[in-house]
Amino acid sequence: MSDYSNLKTEEMVLNMGPQHPSTHGVLRLEIKLDGELIVEVKPHVGYLHRCFEKHCEAMTYPQIVPYVDRMDYLASMSNELGYAIAVERLMGIQVPERVEYIRVIMAELQRIASHMVALGTYGLDIGAFTPFLYLFADRERILSIFEETCGARLLYNYIWVGGLSHDLHPDFIRKAKEFVTYFRPKITELNNLLSYNKIFIERTANVGILPIETAINYGMTGPNLRASGLKWDLRRDDPYSIYDKFEFDIPIGKGWVGTLGDCWDRYFVRVLEMEQSLNILDQALAQIPEGDVTSAIPKRIKPAEGQIYTRVENPRGELGYFIVSKGGLQPHRVKVRPPSFISLGLMNELCKGHLVADVIAILGSIDIVLGEVDR
Amino acid sequence: MIIYEYLSELFGSSVLASVIQSLFPLIFLIPFALFAVWLERKVSAFMQDRIGPNRVGKHGWLQTVADILKLIQKEDITAANADKPLFNIAPVLVFAGSYLAFAAIPFSSAYIGSSIDLGLLFIVAASGFVVAGILMGGWASNNKYSLLGAVRSAAQVVSYEIPTVLVILSVVMLTGSLSLYELSEMQTSSIHNWILFGGNAPLLQKILLIPFMFIGFIILYISSLAEVNRTPFDIPEAESELVAGFHTEYSGMKFAMFFLAEYANMFAVSAIVSAIFLGGYQSPFGYLGNTLGLSWLVPIEQFLWFSAKGLFFVFVQMWLRWTLPRLRVDQLMALCWKYLIPIAFVNLLIIGLIVLIKI
Repeated sequence: MSDYSNLKTEEMVLNMGPQHPSTHGVLRLEIKLDGELIVEVKPHVGYLHRCFEKHCEAMTYPQIVPYVDRMDYLASMSNELGYAIAVERLMGIQVPERVEYIRVIMAELQRIASHMVALGTYGLDIGAFTPFLYLFADRERILSIFEETCGARLLYNYIWVGGLSHDLHPDFIRKAKEFVTYFRPKITELNNLLSYNKIFIERTANVGILPIETAINYGMTGPNLRASGLKWDLRRDDPYSIYDKFEFDIPIGKGWVGTLGDCWDRYFVRVLEMEQSLNILDQALAQIPEGDVTSAIPKRIKPAEGQIYTRVENPRGELGYFIVSKGGLQPHRVKVRPPSFISLGLMNELCKGHLVADVIAILGSIDIVLGEVDR
Repeated sequence: MIIYEYLSELFGSSVLASVIQSLFPLIFLIPFALFAVWLERKVSAFMQDRIGPNRVGKHGWLQTVADILKLIQKEDITAANADKPLFNIAPVLVFAGSYLAFAAIPFSSAYIGSSIDLGLLFIVAASGFVVAGILMGGWASNNKYSLLGAVRSAAQVVSYEIPTVLVILSVVMLTGSLSLYELSEMQTSSIHNWILFGGNAPLLQKILLIPFMFIGFIILYISSLAEVNRTPFDIPEAESELVAGFHTEYSGMKFAMFFLAEYANMFAVSAIVSAIFLGGYQSPFGYLGNTLGLSWLVPIEQFLWFSAKGLFFVFVQMWLRWTLPRLRVDQLMALCWKYLIPIAFVNLLIIGLIVLIKI
């Protein structure tokens, strides 16, 4: 046996992104490699920074809504919902029952649409091209429903402070119900096509394991936290809007095919969440009352001096708004707690000791949107 | 064979005849590549519930021609600090490597580029040539992604040659010949003479051989997939990790060369698989030419059969590509070294025993 200990090896720095097919936007990862093994991952953010928070200080409260859309642009409705609730609580506005129902329906449709992108692009990261296109074709149905409702397909400006920009169109309920019945079997199809694929499981099981303590310490929320085994969902644990009226399960990771909190768990929790969103939609669509949706919108949105922090369960986790009002038409300070940004902070922890190919699998599994990371 | 003799008579020189004959596969390959790229798009579109190309020509069948015209017009960029000579040679070498294999592939009884006795061995060696080109391209690009892709590719192709050779060995034990032309001639007249069904062995031996021949066939097909870097083994050019792997930095016609080489390789391995196991150019039902008494029709029929078998396996490659995710590089190696090679070894032993005891 010869002695190799005096041989010098060098670490290689691989720069992934900001223009790379799998960084889900303009993210740059600085990866230190020992061969193909990862020593360190350093995410560099800010390529999409738009000064959202500073900008808010120069705008009136209703003007902020379209900007909120552009944070997590795959879940605009949920962003608007969080913002509207924050300002309403600051002002003490009670919105009509119908508005609450419509908001919940929109937020849950949005959650399904957002998870579809997450799961589809995740398949793409692993190398399966076809499920991505299937899911995008189905997402198109949700986007058409949104388009018919508010004219926009991605950035809606639909949920306003105190109400909605306008009522549903008469065909909405029928179309939404049609979608729910259409989409249920599609989840099984997705499972057969991708989730239970042997190669897919090989690539994702036991990769990027996130123990529950680490997840809590880093402030991980949403499906990523639940995949590690904690039943924590703001819709149940800190109910907002009318989520306490609906019955739904909170799926958590069980380490189905590997270890608890691995990439496959994070993937599959999202699949199960889509089913639960369908359940909520079923109930909400059946119970939706008649009424006016614009009656509670104040003429002038001018909250009294004070501050508030509200949080909602976004598809990507806990989205929090901290708003300070000095009594003017414009907020004094708006701070957002972005779930994607916090998830991204875990990259180094998750990637250490894995292979380059796993960086892609892990990054895809924590499902970030750079519009929200950078704001 | 007949064509070669005809050419030598025509030009009165065997050297000239060989040179001209060596161009024949190119006449087949270029239309094939154009068709296969179009087919790949249409197949993927069909599998993904899309329409696919439908603008240029009817059903978009001129799309690839338009693409080639576009690629010719593209600026030919050489990356800064690239090793220029190596960078320029690499695509040529890769294409040459895959073209080299066509020298020993029998398209029909009338045409085989070079009927060398060690045809199979030659093809295995020629496919190693491609690796040199890929490594060169990856190294010369001065790009870490290219380098990673190239190194992976080298490791992958070299590993997967072992199960390939083991399967080929087991076939050679049965037939006693390394010449693809002789192999094809052995599998004549009927479907049960295919080596997949035990070839020309006596009945009892055939029945014993069939399951092991199937195993060998599957191993050969899997490792041939890995050798041409197709999904689920497309790790050297894994798009989501390595952008485009070893050809990230290539553009224009040099990129087209890599592309052409990939499709040439796809057909080459499909052709080899069908030549070894599925009768090569032999018809499974007998020939129309023989029935009608038109002997000149037989080689043409054989050529059509050969293309059809090759195309079928090319189609299966596409089918797999648009269905399966991609393995990770270490899992790929594990599949080869932990499963395929031991199974191929045991398979080789069993086939050897069956052939040896001569039931």
